[in-house]
Amino acid sequence: MTSPALTAIEVQSVSKHFGSVLAVDDISFSVAAGSTTALLGGNGAGKTTTLSMLLGLLVPSSGAITVLGEDMIRHRYRVLPRLNFSSPYVDLPHRLTVRQNLTVYGHLYGVPHLKARIADLADELELGEFLDRAAGKLSAGQKTRVALAKALLNQPELLLLDEPTASLDPDTADWVRGYFQAYRDRVGATIVLASHNMTEVERMCDHVLIMKQGRIVDQGSPPALIERFGRATMEEVFLDIARDRQRIVPLPAGEGARRAGEGELAPLELAADNSPSPRPSPSGRGSVRP
Amino acid sequence: MSQISLSARRVAAMCLRHLYILKGSWPRVLEMAYWPAVNMVVWGFTSQFFATNSTWVAKAAGVLIGAVILWDVMFRGNLGVALSFLEEMWSRNLGHLSVSPLRPAELVTSMICMSLIRTVIGVLPAALLAIPLYHYSIFSLGLPLIAFWFNLMVSGWAIGLGVSALVLRFGLGAESLAWVLIFAIAPLAGIYYPIATLPGWLQPVAWALPPAHVFEGMRSLMFGHGFRPDLLASAMALNAVYLALGVAVFLRVWQGARVRGALLNVGE
Repeated sequence: MTSPALTAIEVQSVSKHFGSVLAVDDISFSVAAGSTTALLGGNGAGKTTTLSMLLGLLVPSSGAITVLGEDMIRHRYRVLPRLNFSSPYVDLPHRLTVRQNLTVYGHLYGVPHLKARIADLADELELGEFLDRAAGKLSAGQKTRVALAKALLNQPELLLLDEPTASLDPDTADWVRGYFQAYRDRVGATIVLASHNMTEVERMCDHVLIMKQGRIVDQGSPPALIERFGRATMEEVFLDIARDRQRIVPLPAGEGARRAGEGELAPLELAADNSPSPRPSPSGRGSVRP
Repeated sequence: MSQISLSARRVAAMCLRHLYILKGSWPRVLEMAYWPAVNMVVWGFTSQFFATNSTWVAKAAGVLIGAVILWDVMFRGNLGVALSFLEEMWSRNLGHLSVSPLRPAELVTSMICMSLIRTVIGVLPAALLAIPLYHYSIFSLGLPLIAFWFNLMVSGWAIGLGVSALVLRFGLGAESLAWVLIFAIAPLAGIYYPIATLPGWLQPVAWALPPAHVFEGMRSLMFGHGFRPDLLASAMALNAVYLALGVAVFLRVWQGARVRGALLNVGE
């Protein structure tokens, strides 16, 4: 576990029920300041619910969430000016122009020298040509750039992104990823993203939390997960977990290798899936390093 | 304490958001003034007819026009609050607002401020139009007009907050309540007739509503019985209760939406 000063997010035994449905089941993890962490999982795995709880948009049924040193459940308004959020499923007012939207949110976040800040963002994100166009009349790529500008208005210490490149063409998606990386490196911000795009996760993230049926079933850095599963890509790792395939775990050095129930193979061992990862504690707890 | 402290900057930002919409759409502004004006014209002619056929109306020319203008104040007050909230739902913007530093109490305050602006834009042209058309000026009521106007707007705010809470709780399927719910009160408010007209068993229900006190007060003034401070005081006391109730219900439902996860994906 990282020390409190270096921890951007601390989640302890958090669960969320919607009536009789258990959406998130006793998850614990921490995210180090300055890191980029992905929440991975299939539809209904609990990613968006977890992200919503980190934002204070959703109240957990039990457990504790500390964000940037503050209790997110009791004191979320102390933290909200220091973070921001972007999601393709939450729009900005369609009838307002891009400039008007940014002005309104700039005032909400108390951004100093707002006009200059908007001009800077327009320049960096190439919004100039549609700054005075209604937000509802933009293309998907333009909307994403505007959402990005809104998310960066207050120069957040923590960025929470729900599928940041969903419905974008590969070129625009690549540009967005590059921008987030540059922003993180420049400001030292922490980024948490929920994504289905494994290329994105491999490229951007220091750490991955894999969720399934509301639980964190595995975690680690993309290279470590790929190596541990004996796969070539994160997509294959994801599919192994999603389809309940057996998982390859390394044996202690010098013990050779075998596939469970199939005899000797390579220097790896297959283990039943859903068993706890060798690295996290039984509760799925672990720490994330930048 | 942090939950109830308000930031004028954030309230102003939310008002700016709605003013941008009005600025960018003259049909919206026109529509706001259109219905109160049409209403006033219809009731103006009705009033002229009754003035020659009814001794009651003849005693106080303009009583019906005054009533319809003041009713529109309450109706627009309600609509101003509810529409400001519905705008956020229609544009699927609640998620962004909910994770911004904007507090729910600031959202409520901005909705009330916008209601004030919308009501003035909506009702003032009708009130001014009545002067050349029917030689009736509601401004002749003098200072009590401010009290009547304010009280009816507060009643509208309380209803608008209740409607907004219902829409947040039950979704946009309930949005028509913004236009229709207030009409459930109309028969009991004594807009065009004294409360004594109602059946005896219904009168206590009517007196439990602030607009009944306001419209009785208006008639008292127009029929030459003088300003009734008792009616004003009871209207204000009732309004304080209803507004507090409206705010409390809205904030409670907002908190409930955070528990149910209804803030992120709400929209059309």
